[in-house]
Amino acid sequence: MSADQIIDWLQAALRWGGPLMLVSVGEVFSERSGIINMGIEGTMLFGALAGIAISYYTGNVLWAVIGTALLGFLLGSAFAYLTVSRKTNHVVTGLMFNLAALGGTNLLFAMLSETRSERVATFPILFPASFGDIPIIGPVLFRQPVNTWIALILPFIAAWVLYRTTWGLNVRAVGDNPQSAATAGLPVIRLKYQAVILSGIFAALGGCALTLGEVGYFASGGMTAGRGFVVLAAVVVGGWDPLRTALACLVFGAADAAQLRMQTGGSVIPYQFFQMLPYLITVAALAGLVGRTKPPKTWGASYDPKDI
Amino acid sequence: MVINDEVALRMEGITKRFPGVLANDRISLDCRKGEVLGLLGENGAGKTTLMNVLYGLHQPDSGQIFINGQEVKIESPAKAIQLGIGMVHQHFKLVEALTALENVILGLPSTRPPFLDLAPARTRLLKLCEEYGLIVDPSTQVWRMPVGQQQWLEILKALYRDAKILVLDEPSSVLTPAEGEQLFKAIRKLTQEGRSVIFISHKLNEVLEITDRITVIRDGHVVGTVPTKGATQRELARMMVGRPIMMDRKPRPAMTEKEPVLVMENVNANDDRGIPALKNFNLTIHAGEIVGVAGVDGNGQRELAECIVGLRKRTSGSIHIQGKLVDRVIDDPSFVGYIPEDRQKTGLFLDLRVSENLIIKDFDHPPFSKRGVLQYNEIRKHARKLIRDYNIRTPSGEVQARHLSGGNQQKVVVARELNAKPVLDIASQATRGLDLGAVESVHDTLLSERNRGAAVLFISTELQEVMSLSDRIIVLFRGEVMGEVEGEGADVSTIGQMMLGRASEVVA
Repeated sequence: MSADQIIDWLQAALRWGGPLMLVSVGEVFSERSGIINMGIEGTMLFGALAGIAISYYTGNVLWAVIGTALLGFLLGSAFAYLTVSRKTNHVVTGLMFNLAALGGTNLLFAMLSETRSERVATFPILFPASFGDIPIIGPVLFRQPVNTWIALILPFIAAWVLYRTTWGLNVRAVGDNPQSAATAGLPVIRLKYQAVILSGIFAALGGCALTLGEVGYFASGGMTAGRGFVVLAAVVVGGWDPLRTALACLVFGAADAAQLRMQTGGSVIPYQFFQMLPYLITVAALAGLVGRTKPPKTWGASYDPKDI
Repeated sequence: MVINDEVALRMEGITKRFPGVLANDRISLDCRKGEVLGLLGENGAGKTTLMNVLYGLHQPDSGQIFINGQEVKIESPAKAIQLGIGMVHQHFKLVEALTALENVILGLPSTRPPFLDLAPARTRLLKLCEEYGLIVDPSTQVWRMPVGQQQWLEILKALYRDAKILVLDEPSSVLTPAEGEQLFKAIRKLTQEGRSVIFISHKLNEVLEITDRITVIRDGHVVGTVPTKGATQRELARMMVGRPIMMDRKPRPAMTEKEPVLVMENVNANDDRGIPALKNFNLTIHAGEIVGVAGVDGNGQRELAECIVGLRKRTSGSIHIQGKLVDRVIDDPSFVGYIPEDRQKTGLFLDLRVSENLIIKDFDHPPFSKRGVLQYNEIRKHARKLIRDYNIRTPSGEVQARHLSGGNQQKVVVARELNAKPVLDIASQATRGLDLGAVESVHDTLLSERNRGAAVLFISTELQEVMSLSDRIIVLFRGEVMGEVEGEGADVSTIGQMMLGRASEVVA
């Protein structure tokens, strides 16, 4: 492999890993509060489409971000209502969400026929083009769109919020032992809602970053390609820690970027095999690490305020 | 030490009804400033409900609460904390994944929102630790802390909130004797500062040692309040249970047979970590004999019981029961009845019904199962009979075992294990966490088993009951038998010495 290829690969790794990192930040909070937002795959899909559609009609990526965040807020609220208030099973609810999103985005995309395969305004690159000429880090970092930069910084902010703010402490307490948290005077239900809604917002934005970050178009039939599920795995591999989870996302992004390059490498191995690799790595990481990390104690369980 | 007669807390005519249960029936009590009030009652008498009302976790159906003479409405724990009420629940309300310090500040407003002010909180917590002699490490996560320290942390949490009235619900049940002493020291310091402590317990000796006055509750109502000075264990026990309780050695007919039932020879076994837990263990129990096993917890008792029933593999030696070699798990309660140490984890399926728990060792053969189909009529009939015979207090056999009180859960285990008249009974910590009435019922059952002719192995860390029940007592220390004494006329200090591993000196 030549130096250029390596640089190209690193750049792609960040580009593919970035959206996942965005999604993972929200998911960590949701799962820390005890709720597994399994609906992030579907929320990402909706976000991806919403980003494209709003950008197409307004020509302004800022409106696309705001609109997508709002959509994420609504989807997160819906997931919270079902899992927290109605105490539905997280896995089943997430499955329903994702199937509805797959069908829903295909339908909407077909209706918005004019946006089909058209390139729209994408996220800008923050730094002047001359920065991109700096050896190695130039192309790897400074030619990245703004969303990649946000994705790189956000996990650090998330870790700060989770470990150093009152709200973060409250979320951790609620996911581990809601009864004790309630006894300490915390509004358990409200905190769970907040955390789940946050995951909805970031999942939608992550989807938006997938489409508006680089490619600038939407592809129907599962544009996210299971990346939401990869984030769910990354959260487990990362031990429910924002930074380690982000790192896991980055590794997946790197694997994804590598397999894209292998596909075009002219090998006799069928390209489907390469497509499988990132997911295979995820499964291997899960198998190797599960049991060594400790989930929040009420992870995936519903909470009844009447239990003391 | 009561500073003056000022009343810190008065609860007046508290009534709390749950579906089908009158948990508190017009309960009135008061606690003065600087006083330790003992709240004594059996499990299910309503102590915890009353305290949950005080802490805002339950709303009373009627009644009033006065703090410093002012009537208050306590609608949430947050309000209770604000009123200066601190509560240490019997089942700790700690968040295990958080550190001690994080637990202490959980739910408190920060001085510089939205950030946590960990540094000043740590200083204050450490100062409290020192002041009351309750040492915890602020940065250790709770799940890594020994249970005694978790108890300290709960108390410190309440003190950090400057609790004026501190409720301690069964605080000593998880503490070692030395830790118990430390707790009492802290309580005395609290009352010197003019704080009030409500000490909930069913351990009579402790209540007599630490409290100033004692309010006794039975079946949801107050039986009486007596000054601790002049109160006796016998009198309190009678108030608590409603009838005289035998606290002395149980009378029994002399042993007639001498037929060995359990014979253990040179048994060695490891604990879960692979460390030797039983070392060259020899024991013979005859029919119609209760052998008590005394010893501090964790000296091989659990491994001993598990070896006998085949749940734990021995590394060497032999175990015979009625001449049969134990080489697999014994699951036949007509052969060996086994009352395991942890009734909730090992003894019962909490989510299954009482009737199902009662046949859990017999569900796969007639009459309870025919051609692979459970015969629920037979199962219910069987449950009704055992509920009657063993006086299990449950609305019916069809409720989940989870909903029974600890004493009645234990009766379910006892009924299942002993009903088929086994030749050998193994009772491991069978009375742990039970109240006096339930303890007596277990003792009586085991004694009648002995008189029927069963061999009984009675393992307990409560020396008093070992002495009152056993025909013969062996003392375990680090997996070895330190000594053996006759139950009749056994001497506490001799056994106490052996429990600490000083066999040779005593014997010599």
